[in-house]
Amino acid sequence: MRLSPDELIFWQYGFLKLNATIVFTWGLMLVLTVGSKLITRRLSISLKRSRWQNLLEIVVTGIEQQIEEVGLSQPRKYLGFLGTLFLFVAAASLCTVVPGYEPPTGSLSTTAALALCVFVAVPLFGIEEQGVGNYLKSYVKPTFIMLPFNIISELSRTLALAVRLFGNMMSGAMIIGILLTIMPFIFPIIMTALGLLTGMVQAYIFSILAAVYIAAATRVRKPKPEPEAKP
Amino acid sequence: MDNMTIIAVASIVIAGITTGFGTMGPALAEGRAVATALSSLAQQPDASATITRTLFVGLAMIESTAIYCFVVSMILIFANPFWNHVIAQATGK
Repeated sequence: MRLSPDELIFWQYGFLKLNATIVFTWGLMLVLTVGSKLITRRLSISLKRSRWQNLLEIVVTGIEQQIEEVGLSQPRKYLGFLGTLFLFVAAASLCTVVPGYEPPTGSLSTTAALALCVFVAVPLFGIEEQGVGNYLKSYVKPTFIMLPFNIISELSRTLALAVRLFGNMMSGAMIIGILLTIMPFIFPIIMTALGLLTGMVQAYIFSILAAVYIAAATRVRKPKPEPEAKP
Repeated sequence: MDNMTIIAVASIVIAGITTGFGTMGPALAEGRAVATALSSLAQQPDASATITRTLFVGLAMIESTAIYCFVVSMILIFANPFWNHVIAQATGK
């Protein structure tokens, strides 16, 4: 049994391998970009609009609202990054209804790449909002002793993001694979439906956690208000 | 018992124990978290959006420990590095 779609190789030339992870990632990228391009080709601003435009508007405004609720006051600025993460992970798990497809997020390489994107993006957004000095100062708050712990937490949460998504997706595929050998009828379908639900929850959690990290990095600390003198 | 048998037995047994014991703590913790969230939802239905979001994020954090155990046991069964090492040694001889 395969642990990840990395081991399913379609084409190989020397050390250049084209495995299932890369092929399905390219497929998803193609579907997402061409789909949105086709939908946004004719946008209408009147009351009469196509179903697809309604769908995209619901998705975009929904993501925007969620980002704003986490505490980022300008969701448009972060919509590109966080929305892409959510849509990619959600599409990767929703496409499991297509036979022969394996989610590319079930490979540790994909999830590590996504987590590294978050790892790089959080300091970038933080520096953009606070400036280099203020952002670096946030590492030695509240005292200087906390510096190593802050750095370790930065690294470990990246690892946690990657392994969480990988473990959830891989376990879904693995359970279906094991059940197919024991009980080939009906029951795997129920587990597939459950896998769709966990896939959506994981996509939500991945993007919300990234939003929370960005919100923590971009939070400008207000100066403490003077304590009022007691009468 | 030769080396391969020992490694196979140890890997399989440890994989089972890892998943079994590793899911115990997160299960209890998730139960407590959901119970607390439900009671606070019943007390303050207005704050449902915030409570639900925080609950989901917290559940994901708790669940990730169980996922680590699962990944370790899957590695022990399907991609065991010690097993591969012994196999490589046996075929190399």
